[in-house]
Amino acid sequence: MTGINDFVVKFANVNGSGSASANGFFAKALFRMGLTVSPKNIFPSNIQGLPTWFEVRVNDKGYGGRRDGVDLFVAMNPQSYEQDIEEVVPGGYVLYDSTMERFFGRDDITILGIPIARMCAYAYEDPRQRQLFKNVMYLGALAALLDMDAEVVELVIRQKLGGKEKLFEANLKALHMGRDYAHANFECPLPVRVQSVPDAPDRIMMSGNDAAGLGCIYAGATGAAWYPITPSTSLAEAFEGYMLKLRGDGEGAYRGAVVQAEDELAAIGIAVGAGWNGARSFTATSGPGISLMGEFIGLAYFAEVPVVIFDIQRGGPSTGMPTRTQQSDVLACAYASHGDTRHVMLIPNDPRECFEFAAQAFDLAERLQTPVFVLSDLDIGMNDWPIEPLSWDDTRSFDRGKVLDAAALEDVERFGRYLDVDGDGIPYRTIPGTHATKGAYFTRGSSHDAYAGYTEDGQINVENMQRLTRKFDGALDLVPKPEEHRRGSGGDAGLIYFGSTHAAVQEALDQLEAQGFAMNALRLRAFPFTQEVLKFAEEHERVFVLEQNRDAQMRTLLMAEAGIPGEKLVPLLNFDGMPLTATFISDALKTALEVEADGDKPAFRIV
Amino acid sequence: MTYMTKPSVRHPALRQNDLGLTRRDYEGVISTLCAGCGHDSVTAAIIEACFELSLPAHRLAKLSGIGCSSKTTNYFLNRSHGFNSVHGRMAAIATGANLANRDLVYLGVSGDGDTASIGLGQFCHAVRRQVNMVYIVENNGTYGLTKGQFSATNDRESRSKKGKDNLFEAIDLCAMAIQLGAGFVARGFSGDREQLVPLIKAAINYDGFALLDIISPCVTFNNHVASTKSYDYIRDHSEAVGGLDFVPPEAEIEVDYEEGASTSITLHDGSKLELSKLSDGYDPRDGHGAIDVIRRQYEQGNVVTGLLYVREDVDDLHARLNTPSQALNALPESDLCPGQVALEAINETMR
Ligand SMILES: Cc1ncc(C[n+]2csc(CCOP(=O)(O)OP(=O)(O)O)c2C)c(N)n1
Ligand code: SF4
Ligand SMILES: [Mg+2]
Repeated sequence: MTGINDFVVKFANVNGSGSASANGFFAKALFRMGLTVSPKNIFPSNIQGLPTWFEVRVNDKGYGGRRDGVDLFVAMNPQSYEQDIEEVVPGGYVLYDSTMERFFGRDDITILGIPIARMCAYAYEDPRQRQLFKNVMYLGALAALLDMDAEVVELVIRQKLGGKEKLFEANLKALHMGRDYAHANFECPLPVRVQSVPDAPDRIMMSGNDAAGLGCIYAGATGAAWYPITPSTSLAEAFEGYMLKLRGDGEGAYRGAVVQAEDELAAIGIAVGAGWNGARSFTATSGPGISLMGEFIGLAYFAEVPVVIFDIQRGGPSTGMPTRTQQSDVLACAYASHGDTRHVMLIPNDPRECFEFAAQAFDLAERLQTPVFVLSDLDIGMNDWPIEPLSWDDTRSFDRGKVLDAAALEDVERFGRYLDVDGDGIPYRTIPGTHATKGAYFTRGSSHDAYAGYTEDGQINVENMQRLTRKFDGALDLVPKPEEHRRGSGGDAGLIYFGSTHAAVQEALDQLEAQGFAMNALRLRAFPFTQEVLKFAEEHERVFVLEQNRDAQMRTLLMAEAGIPGEKLVPLLNFDGMPLTATFISDALKTALEVEADGDKPAFRIV
Repeated sequence: MTYMTKPSVRHPALRQNDLGLTRRDYEGVISTLCAGCGHDSVTAAIIEACFELSLPAHRLAKLSGIGCSSKTTNYFLNRSHGFNSVHGRMAAIATGANLANRDLVYLGVSGDGDTASIGLGQFCHAVRRQVNMVYIVENNGTYGLTKGQFSATNDRESRSKKGKDNLFEAIDLCAMAIQLGAGFVARGFSGDREQLVPLIKAAINYDGFALLDIISPCVTFNNHVASTKSYDYIRDHSEAVGGLDFVPPEAEIEVDYEEGASTSITLHDGSKLELSKLSDGYDPRDGHGAIDVIRRQYEQGNVVTGLLYVREDVDDLHARLNTPSQALNALPESDLCPGQVALEAINETMR
């Protein structure tokens, strides 16, 4: 049981009941009070009627990961009472709607009943309002129980409602009814409560998909084609929203085109067509979409067309767990499409990197003339994260890569689209319509020579494929370097991880260090793997590879592409679909270390 | 083998167009299709139409899928960029390319397998999105490149060269396109260049989605007696709905059209479509009527050709998406990246 500024509140609701906005107010108000909050939506693949949860971990130590155990359960869904109650830690609390009284069968927790439905029925006429304001009413009670800053809560609601005064008044009424009931009937505040953090660092709350959509705007993307699929949908929608806000041309038009395609085959095809024709373009999808896009991804790789693909990973295989998070498309993306293909991947760990990597992905795609993946996941993409405010360097300019304009073409004697003029494997390209007589070429997915002509000459094809490898190797100088976390002198065991597990990993490393296990860690941020990755592996006798999939896909990639021996790489896997907790990671690492220490493998010196 | 370019010797006697270019300047590499393949005649008609229109070739992009027909984009307009994509997906490539730069002419070439089977979905959606392009289907009722399997435009009562009966109904791409809202729908025959060239010219000048379904016999796999896509069959069974003359903007109308029997349609750029000798009051602006005629003639074993349907005013995809008049691929960075000040304002809404 934890206390001030260190607890977990979890809401159980029925999906489609309008709880999302009240729960959002709750998280936002705590965030405004200077606390680190990491809200997680745990939702069903369904529109109305099934259980949905919203979990908010609150602390003032900057830990953004999940934590096990619930201190206060706002149990608003009788369907899930039984399982919800089990998650409450001894000494914890349950707030529930006691209009229908209920016996919960646990005497180690405190049950707080508020007859919310009855109160709402008295206060509101309209059935819709009766439903909606139930949510605001429990928010009022929570604010009193947790000692939240009432002014902050009200301001959050007011701002969200954007000047709809009448609606705000109605919300306020519900909020106060909940608050007053709590004050009159419970001992407020509870030992579990909050205190404002005065000098909290400047943070914003944003989801990864929102940030990535905005990153595409900043990158100058003008073409987006997509097909709806959880959890990527909100990325394309964010792009469109920002385009309407930021890209008006002052004459009623918008500088960009968004097409909701008929399927993912068309979505990637449209993006490739636009990329070929000189517009920065992208598609956003999730695992099933990546499977469908395979053929076109291979074409873009082989014909060397720049395009950016966001894969917001969810639980696979097949339809899998569409509303749960995983990191299980690593290999599917790294080698997407038949034949020998290999793709650059950027791997963000939070919304801020989603923004940055989105912008960088377009530079890389055009510099390297190839598809570039941004490998995000449901946890980063769809949940709000507290992050440093976004920033943009106004002196930065797009890297459009090697494109010949009309003037440059004048000086070219014979243009060869796939001619390796500079020896870096990257040829020059031309955009259709540039020059009346020069620079036209025939793009094809069939084997071709340096002048884009069809060839069945095996040797020419070998050379072309080797050039593509050279080009890919050049990506090593361009992709973001891994982030290293050195803790003292390190030791014989290190940890490699990537993506959304970052927050939990940092906390786990703290936990381990406090227990005397100081471990070095390296966060991968891109594929291909740069020298630092290999060096890190060489420096440690054993390297744990933490990932959210069953088959240790990143480990496989590290073995195949960085040449790190498999004996060295110990898989640390979780694929239940939930964002990881620090304790899961530190326990797993500790157990692994102890097992290794007992076994016949060389014992580990833990510093 | 690499590709062969035709020798570009300029013959002084070759006629020049308004750009001072000859027909040769509109050619591509030498075709490797079977001698007598209908697709080569379509290639020739495209070259002729572009030459006569004095089209700057580099302002046209050629797009295709996979098949014998899709290869042909390499056989014309060497000065144009071409994109021979993947099987059945030319429509998506064309849609994306068109979005990137609205100022070019997009000429797609596909086959009946490429369009009516694997690419049927993309075809339908390009039509209903009104992508401003010319979509040519070189329709031979068979999969030429994979050696003669039935395609989805093969007629039910037709029989393969090896004697196999086609068990399934045929898809009529023209009727389908009309139903889906295409702006311009025509059917031609590779063996009738006189009819075909004006149709291509009109389609190129049309602002909106223009379908040209061109019956283009496959001499190797589908030109036998029991085929309904053979040269002989089409010659005997084609029924033109009328004649079409394409009159470029500001050109004089030279022919006297018979009162009542002719219809004139003016396109966006001022060019005119002069329709003459229309059969039985055929009105190409009437979609229901067009579908009715297509179906009734089909029941009698006939293939209607000519300009079947045209809508005078359509909003293309750009108009619907409200894109600027300037090509998206030409917008400067300053028009696209909102910069730090705007970002700070966005940050503020998230605090
Ligand atoms: C995904 C995929 N499946 C199958 C093929 C093999 N294939 C190549 S061309 C073709 C059919 C072409 O028929 P059509 O479009 O009618 O062109 P034609 O050769 O008759 O002109 C097929 C099935 C392919 N290239 N790609
Ligand atoms: S196989 Fe048929 S379609 Fe292909 S080139 Fe030969 S004749 Fe033409
Ligand atoms: Mg065919």
